[in-house]
Amino acid sequence: MILKGRSIAKGSGRGELLVSPAPISFLSGVNPDTGIVVEKGHPLEGKTVAGRVLAFPYGKGSTVGSYIIYALQQNGTAPAAIINVEAEPIIAVGAIIAGIPMIDRLPLDLADLQDGTEVTVEGDSGELICGDTE
Amino acid sequence: MYLDAEDENVLAGEFGETRQKMMEILVALGRVYDAEKLVPIASAQVSGASYKTIGKWGLHWLSTMNARVAVPAVLNPIGMPRDEWRELDGITPEFAHQQEEVLAAYRRLGIKLECTCTPYYLQRTEYGEHLAWSESSAVCYANSVIGARTNREGGPSALAAAIVGKTPFYGLHIVENRRPGVVVEVEAGDAPHADHYGAIGYLAGREVGNRIPIFTGIRPGRDQLKALGAAMAASGAVALFHVDKITPETRVFHFETESLERITVGQQDIEDLFAALDVDAVAIGCPHCSPDELREVANLLRDKQTTKPLLVFVARAVARENPDLVGAIERSGAKVVPDTCMVVSPAMDRYRAIMVDSGKAFAYVPGMCGALARIGTRKECIDVATS
Repeated sequence: MILKGRSIAKGSGRGELLVSPAPISFLSGVNPDTGIVVEKGHPLEGKTVAGRVLAFPYGKGSTVGSYIIYALQQNGTAPAAIINVEAEPIIAVGAIIAGIPMIDRLPLDLADLQDGTEVTVEGDSGELICGDTE
Repeated sequence: MYLDAEDENVLAGEFGETRQKMMEILVALGRVYDAEKLVPIASAQVSGASYKTIGKWGLHWLSTMNARVAVPAVLNPIGMPRDEWRELDGITPEFAHQQEEVLAAYRRLGIKLECTCTPYYLQRTEYGEHLAWSESSAVCYANSVIGARTNREGGPSALAAAIVGKTPFYGLHIVENRRPGVVVEVEAGDAPHADHYGAIGYLAGREVGNRIPIFTGIRPGRDQLKALGAAMAASGAVALFHVDKITPETRVFHFETESLERITVGQQDIEDLFAALDVDAVAIGCPHCSPDELREVANLLRDKQTTKPLLVFVARAVARENPDLVGAIERSGAKVVPDTCMVVSPAMDRYRAIMVDSGKAFAYVPGMCGALARIGTRKECIDVATS
């Protein structure tokens, strides 16, 4: 199945979906050394974003969060791709400077995405590819 | 979003990887804000100048970049005077070294190492020009007092605009979005409040929030407008304000204000802000002093000696062009400090209570310096510093 959204940051990323119903603040919310979500009470607290296709509504918190996304990439603990409901500047800029594929505005609710499903994000075309593509 | 042929070539990487990434940032922001096109800018002011803000990963990213800015660009204030940091107590060599690395990274990109919230004193800025500025008071002054057009940019978006020479056309770049949304009146007019513009802005900003206010019945000059806007940008999120018959757009456009909500800044509320408090330091220059403000401080300090630390913050270029005023101020024992300010410098952290002449500093000092804040007129500040 191919779902068409909007391209925000280019590149192709594949991994297991990790879905957060809540916004994410990368500054102080995610440990840049481990990729583990550390914000107290966050739905993803204790889980790692490393290598996952991370889906969440939008970014929140400090604009310095963009550099934390870059730090995750430098440390090898970054998500394989990012899906937002609606992109905003913190996450969009972070994804671009880190080179992480990112899309938004998919024609479905985040709740319809299943944690653990293997998917591919095509950042250039804005597509989410679920299951085998061949 | 429409891109012209050259923009497309930049996006395709024909002018190097850094420019390509910068264009990708502008295109993504254009999508986020539904901009129809990019618009050329006259200058940029880049935030994220302080190591304290961007940290080691921000510095790492800057250090990987390889391009030169396409338009004149300066920086936000940093945590210390660039060259004279040893003269300011409270700056450690480690902090200074990290800060110097950030500045070196920006210098490589062709950004002028002028670290100021008043770039309009350095870079001639004209009515109607599009800009990509980031410091909240500078954005407010450029939009309101000059009639230039800028959104409040983040660090990477201002840097991308500086390197590409363009910014996405949305928000305050579009004339229709610059109409006032709320009318503000000052209860007794400004006759009794000529020296209280920072306080008026502090009070108004809390009510106005992120709307565009239009003031009526007052006749502020440029430095008063600067104090008013800086305070509203701090206590609210004001990026543009109008003053009827004073600021340029009120003389160019006809604004319909009949149907708007009206707010009054009360005389008693203004006077209540000026409560007495024992302080152990006095700070002037938030935003950085204009040449006229430096002259006023020098005149107020004539034949006086400071009894408490008195710090006067200013753009380096303004200090350099007014050596007589700087000398006159420093003969009193006061210190004229370039590149940094009372809000962002760790040198201010060791004071228990700080007196300021600025509504913006009054809003930020408690949170940023962990000190109590007292607001006074400029003359009251000098009196306290020399009594």
